[in-house]
Parts: sequence; structure tokens; C-alpha cells
Amino acid sequence: MTMSTIQSAVGENEPHPDVALVEQVRAGDVSAYDTLVRKYERQIFRIAQHITQNREDAEDVMQDAFLKAYQKLDQFQGNSKFYTWLVRIAVNESLMRLRKRRTGKMVSIDEDMETEEGSVPRDLADWAPNPEQNYDQAQLAEILRKTIQGLPRSFRIVFTLRDVEGLSTQETAEALDLSVPAVKSRLLRARLQLRERLSRYFRKPGEPLPVDIGSADAPEGGIEE
Amino acid sequence: MTCTEFLALLDDELDQAMAAELRAQIETHMRKCEHCEVVFNTTLKTIEFYRSHEIYELPDDLRERLHTAIMAKCKKC
Repeated sequence: MTMSTIQSAVGENEPHPDVALVEQVRAGDVSAYDTLVRKYERQIFRIAQHITQNREDAEDVMQDAFLKAYQKLDQFQGNSKFYTWLVRIAVNESLMRLRKRRTGKMVSIDEDMETEEGSVPRDLADWAPNPEQNYDQAQLAEILRKTIQGLPRSFRIVFTLRDVEGLSTQETAEALDLSVPAVKSRLLRARLQLRERLSRYFRKPGEPLPVDIGSADAPEGGIEE
Repeated sequence: MTCTEFLALLDDELDQAMAAELRAQIETHMRKCEHCEVVFNTTLKTIEFYRSHEIYELPDDLRERLHTAIMAKCKKC
């Protein structure tokens, strides 16, 4: 075994830095929890906003998720990372918030699964080489925001955890209580649907439009037909 | 490899979680099939856009206010 192999093997076995912080919090050191909150508050806020699509709800979810994690820290087994466990709490709090807003109607990760859209690519037009250059930062953010908001919720949540926040497929499955194949299936459809919808903005000039692109949600300024 | 088989493997290819032999087959297919190459490249670009642009920002003043509120509630527990 070479030295670099030994080092990488040791590195893989080192405990995650959060483990020590969690132990300190359990021993009564609240300042250690302050460190954990600072580390993950941006991510938890983004996840909550992606799911609830509402700024005030995201603020409430962020606070409730960190408070609940603090109160339930004794229940954290350490089988998964602290962050994965925290994300699971935040996802559940976000879904509960949606349920409240819809006056008790059940809201779950499985909702909206009946759609078949995006399982097969229809729009095969290539994109311009650097399509983002046609938009300023604010316009581009608005395009990305509007586009992801149009995804079915179950796809949006999987895409957010896996591709935006960078959880592994296994961690995403743990956070959402889904199987790995279910995560992979939803992730593929989410990616393909987003790609298809973004094509409306980013296609190369002169590339043909797919036949059934409606004008209802075409970008402002229109697609030239 | 057919386009349907390519699509079934797209997820692993995007995540670079694929055995070398299968990756070689996928790359051979993409060199011959313009449509699959477009789907692969634009899907990759889609993921990159969402990874590199923060579409829901948490401004520092709001972050600080929420942080203070969270820690105050925890200390009361």
C-alpha cells in the first residue's frame, strides 16, 4: 500500500466534524449548536423555500427545523450524517407548512407523480454556446426560479437535494425516506423536464421548436416562430 | 446501443458513476447520435446552472435575525 493510499484510507475513517459538535451539544454546550446552525442555515432556508415556494414559510420552517433538531438531538442515532438528518426534519416541516396552508389537505412527497411529462425528451434543439450571456444575472435567476417552480413537487424536492444542495443519491433517499431507485427515477425525470423547459430560453437561434410548445408559458418577449 | 438504452443510462453517466466499459459504449453512441449528444450536454448544463446560481438568497441581515431567534428559542428549552 502506498503512502497516499494509507492517507486516503485514514481520511475516509475519520469521524465527520459534526459528530464532535453534536456530542458537545448533548453535553450541554449550546455554543456548539450555534456553530451547527451557522454551518447549515443557508442550505436549510433554500430547501424550505424550494419546497414551500414562499419566503415567510421558509423563514418559519428554518426556525422550526433547527429548534426541533435541537429538541430531538437525543434521538439522532448517528447512522446518517447530522446534515442528512437535519434535511429530513426540514423537508417534513416544509410539507407540514404546505398542509397547513391548504387547510388540512394531505401533502406528501408522492404527490404529482402521475405526470408523464419529461420522461422522454421531445425538444431536441441544441442550445447556444453560452446561452446565459443573453440575460443579465437577475433575468437568469428569474428564469431558473420560474422553471424549477413549474416542476411537480416530488421531482423538485429530489432535484433540490441532489443537484442543488449536493447530497448523494443515498443521502437524498435517506432524507426523503425513499428507495435509491425511486430517487434515481425522479431525478432523471426532473433533470429532463428542467432541460426541456430551459430550452425555450436557451435554444440556438434558428433551431426548430417542438410542435406542441404552447404560447401560454413561452418566455416574455416571445419565441420567434 | 439504442437511444432508449442511452436514456436509461443517462443518470449514471451524468453522475459519473459508471464502469469504464459502459461509459465507452455511451460515448460511442453519442458520437454517432446527435440527438443524444444534445440531450446529454444540455442536461449537464441545466444541472450546472442550478448549482452555480443561488436563486433563493438569504440576505445577511435576515440571516442574522433568524439565527438570533433560533438560538434564543434553543436556550429557552
